[in-house]
Amino acid sequence: MTDRLLRWVLRIGAITSALIMLLILFFLLLESWPALQQITLTRFFTDPSWHPLEAAYNLLPMLSGTLYASIGALLLAIPLGIASALFIVYYAPPHLALLYQRLIELLAGIPSVVFGFWGLITLVPLINQLHPPGASLLAGILILTLMILPTITLTAHAALLAVPDEFQRGAVALGLSRWGVIRGVMLPAARTGIVAGIILAAGRAIGETMAVLMVTGNVVQHATSLYDPIRTLAANIALEMAYAMGDHRGVLFVSGLLLMLLVMLLSGMAATLSNKHHA
Amino acid sequence: MKLDVNKPEQSVKDSDDAFTLGPLQVGPACCNPQPIIQVKDLSLHYGNKTALNKVTLDIYRGCITALIGPSGCGKTSFLSTLNRLTDLISNCRIEGSIHVEDSDIYAPTYNLQMLRRRIGMVFQKPVPFPFSIRRNIEMPLREHGINQRNEIDSIIEQVLRDVGLWEEVHDCLDTAALNLSGGQQQRLCIARALALNPQILLMDEPCSALDPIASGVVEDLITRLRGRYTIVIVTHNLAQARRIANYAAFFWVKERAGHLVEFGHCRDIFETPTHQLTAAYVSGARG
Repeated sequence: MTDRLLRWVLRIGAITSALIMLLILFFLLLESWPALQQITLTRFFTDPSWHPLEAAYNLLPMLSGTLYASIGALLLAIPLGIASALFIVYYAPPHLALLYQRLIELLAGIPSVVFGFWGLITLVPLINQLHPPGASLLAGILILTLMILPTITLTAHAALLAVPDEFQRGAVALGLSRWGVIRGVMLPAARTGIVAGIILAAGRAIGETMAVLMVTGNVVQHATSLYDPIRTLAANIALEMAYAMGDHRGVLFVSGLLLMLLVMLLSGMAATLSNKHHA
Repeated sequence: MKLDVNKPEQSVKDSDDAFTLGPLQVGPACCNPQPIIQVKDLSLHYGNKTALNKVTLDIYRGCITALIGPSGCGKTSFLSTLNRLTDLISNCRIEGSIHVEDSDIYAPTYNLQMLRRRIGMVFQKPVPFPFSIRRNIEMPLREHGINQRNEIDSIIEQVLRDVGLWEEVHDCLDTAALNLSGGQQQRLCIARALALNPQILLMDEPCSALDPIASGVVEDLITRLRGRYTIVIVTHNLAQARRIANYAAFFWVKERAGHLVEFGHCRDIFETPTHQLTAAYVSGARG
């Protein structure tokens, strides 16, 4: 009896989450539909610029801003995160490992607006001394790195801990060095979990709005150097939602849809990767 | 791709002479015992708990030595001291000495990686790593500095033939090792250990997690490795010990610590044991 009850409770829970997800997608499609009908798809990439009030809707500069910032942050955070996880699991003495892990967890708990605030007050002036104006792609990359670092570290940490002890014993018994054991057995065995964490982090980096908005300067342009200000798609939605009307509003929903597609693409990649791994 | 698990492992048993093992690599036969490992007064503690108390024992070159005794008498602990796998256990403390070919393996300067390359180990539960059959053997080779593609390929074929797995897997070397059956996995693990060209093999109940047929295949394999490798095997299966071993060491728990009660020719241990406990254990009266 309780089994059947539990089954229904779980079923309803699962269906509700799925429905909410589908509803959001439906809502995005519905809101962006008029814009998609009015404006041919190619115009989002071929319009001369982003001047929504003059009906120029080129999304490319913001797409490039989003991608540069996210990829830059991933390039920094992946090696750092995996190195931190390896440090905690294999190299640090136990008390230090625990302390370090707590610190990383703390980093994960900092609200994004606080990251943005700190970036605005500390990081941007520092970069300004290096190369004006300070509010830049680089600032965005650094802030995003800090924000996704805990995700990558903690998921990699969990994935490494989940590798059965026998693998380690077996590898050590083959005379592998400590690094050999890690590189040869532990990292490949934990790969699926680590990749999942990276995808999660990438999703967060792509969608992150507040902190990025506060430090990147929000100029709509293709960045030619790390010191150029940029605007990301997510920041654009937040900046213009308040006054957007008509097609402009629709286009903002289109950019939301684009963000969602990017994240879905990433999940798809993660799924194929882990399937390949298990084959 | 799924492996053909229906292929009977028995077929390997029938075709014993379908492949030949390499020539004997080490010296005299067992009738002329020559110690390769000398254990003196070895005690092993986990924290305050003593697992082994003052074990003194010689392991002879080219022979199979079986470690027998009830569970918890320190056989596996003893085995793990021989390749210093006990180092992985943080609260483990060792007293006494172990010499492998006259060098003290607990000396601070001793090269652990070389030691474990010379002394291969096979565990109770087969532990193929979660990647392809080929990479399971290739990865340790590369870590030990063997990088030539054709050298690696020939070693892979050689060791897989040695364990009688080549015919079964040569056309699916790139599939996941975890898709193999339990017996095949264990033979792969033996092949992986052999690939590093060890002199000594430590086996911790290598057949106990396998079904009787797979167990028989692995047992035959172990017998064929005699002479070419020095083998130390922990087994709970007395009949198996009697079938395959040249020497047997009988462990027993006294005052909560493992002791070596008797060591000698396998036949003597089983037929004319000098110690009462041994007699009771091998006859099935105790243990």
